[in-house]
Amino acid sequence: MSAAESGSSNGNPTVELRDVSKRFGDFTAVDDLSLAIGEGEFFTLLGPSGCGKTTTLRMVAGFEEATEGQVLIDGADVVGLPPYKRPTNTVFQSYALFPHLSVADNVAFGLRRKKVDKKEADRRVGEELERVGLAREANRRPSQLSGGMQQRVALARALVNFPKVLLLDEPLGALDLKLRKGLQVQLKGIQRDVGITFVYVTHDQEEALTMSDRIAVMNQGRIEQVADPEDVYDKPASSFVAGFIGVSNLMPGTVKTGGQAGEIELDSGVTVKAPTDGLSAGERCQAVVRPEKLSIGEGGRGHPSVEGLVESSLYLGTSTQLIVKLPDEVRMTVLVPNADEAERQQLPGGGAKVKLSWAPDHMHLVRESREHSTDDKEDAT
Amino acid sequence: MEAATATARHVSDSAPARAWTWLRRNALMIYAGIAVAYMLIPIAIVGLFSFEKGTAQGEYWSDAFGQTAVNDSMIMSLELAALTMVVATAIGTLMALALVRYEFFGRRATNLLIILPMATPEIVIGAALLSLFITYSFDLGFTTLFIAHVMFSISFVVVVVRSRLIGFDRSIEEAAADLGATPFATFRLVTLPLLAPGILAAALLAFALSLDDFVISNFNSGTAVTFPLYIFGASLRGIPVQVNVLATMLFAVTVIAIALVLWQQRRAEQMASVQPEQEV
Repeated sequence: MSAAESGSSNGNPTVELRDVSKRFGDFTAVDDLSLAIGEGEFFTLLGPSGCGKTTTLRMVAGFEEATEGQVLIDGADVVGLPPYKRPTNTVFQSYALFPHLSVADNVAFGLRRKKVDKKEADRRVGEELERVGLAREANRRPSQLSGGMQQRVALARALVNFPKVLLLDEPLGALDLKLRKGLQVQLKGIQRDVGITFVYVTHDQEEALTMSDRIAVMNQGRIEQVADPEDVYDKPASSFVAGFIGVSNLMPGTVKTGGQAGEIELDSGVTVKAPTDGLSAGERCQAVVRPEKLSIGEGGRGHPSVEGLVESSLYLGTSTQLIVKLPDEVRMTVLVPNADEAERQQLPGGGAKVKLSWAPDHMHLVRESREHSTDDKEDAT
Repeated sequence: MEAATATARHVSDSAPARAWTWLRRNALMIYAGIAVAYMLIPIAIVGLFSFEKGTAQGEYWSDAFGQTAVNDSMIMSLELAALTMVVATAIGTLMALALVRYEFFGRRATNLLIILPMATPEIVIGAALLSLFITYSFDLGFTTLFIAHVMFSISFVVVVVRSRLIGFDRSIEEAAADLGATPFATFRLVTLPLLAPGILAAALLAFALSLDDFVISNFNSGTAVTFPLYIFGASLRGIPVQVNVLATMLFAVTVIAIALVLWQQRRAEQMASVQPEQEV
């Protein structure tokens, strides 16, 4: 129902950023960023603190104005429009509930501003509180609610307005882990239910992978990669993405021959066959293999392998984690599932020499991190 | 403490020892009692004197408003205090908003200078104002008193409201804007209600400061006579008992006002505690 009301009929992306930059004095928070977010999408901006993800969100909401570029919502340029004239609503990290108003009045705030008919407003407020499971708390003050409940009031207060886009700024950041997990599932369910476009900001990679339709990984004001969670995890576009998402297993090397049937020589001395799309011979690169895709010992036919020393072995319950040091001092993390107790007993201990192998299509090549090049630029200026 | 009690019990036969033990146990209460008495006795005496025997007990209470001069001065003081409260609170609140919210030339200097009127001896402010009024040939009277009172009250208003503004979560105002409230609606519906306890406290403070001011008023009153000025004048000849009656009434009103402010502040603190917290 609300999807129909909020949906774009003209085929434009719901949110589009075109060459947007934001500078605070000398500091560039967002650097020439372009992005298109589709209707009904759960889109996540993911990155470390200070990467510009919150600034990007605030430019969509209207709390910050872009220094350069265009921000379009449903095809209409909103640059220069104040927040109260934009078809967006925000869930703040601190919830920002009105402490002097009851839960119901908090949720009704937006509808009253828009002069929605009283009966209609009451009905929608009731519905929204029902949706987030707080119907019985309607007359209480925010201060009388727990953190998780306050977060849900903030969500209801935004959703009740049927915004074209819902902006969420680390809404679960202040909650403890267990509660956060529960709310992640709930939030995703609500989004599917209402069909409103969600733009979600977080620094928690696990949260991003769980909830998103697509993820934009941001670093130093730029987007490193936009892709669905599987691709961000399995086919990171850069060593930054590979390192930020999941446990980083990066083996530096040099491309020997480019092309689909290419070869790279790892710094640990092993030459591996791999498709080297977009990389040319002589170029530096890094090979990514996720910890759960490495196995101990000689792999199957055609499986590349490297040799190293086990530094530590850690029992994690469902799996055992080994840290293996390769000849070039690179440390690889290996996760071995604890499926069979006898098998687990045979795992090599600290100091043992082991071979790590992996299936060829589980290895993914990325360019050397851009971080270095920006550092160089800063040195030059 | 336990060791001391044990020792005391050991030699509890002699009377002096028992007295000593009792004293040790109750020393803090006695000390606190004396301190409170020290503060309250003068006020109590005024209240007591208001019941002074004339022809009948409590006569002056039934004839509280029998002295025209006392009444007139009291009315003038209340008018002056009310007017000062309204104007000083309005100006002071807006100043505090400007000082906390906006970046402008001279902001730091203003932040510092605003404390000056509080730190300056009243006698200096009074004399300075008087020479100012004389230089610009103002007629001394109610108007000059009003100007003087607003002048010294503003600092207190600014300091009280500012402290409340500094802890103000700006994202609450952003949330209002996000939900479609214009800047004016945001101020009216969110900022003002949340600042209200601070503004109320500041207003009551301004009222009290104005009502009780003697030194500065004495310089700038001309022929106008406020309650404190009247009492000072009357004390040379003998104070009408009605003064004690009115003073006691005033004291009662003040106590009620302070109780209200404290109650209001406690409510405000409960409100302010809306922070993301861990769910149990």
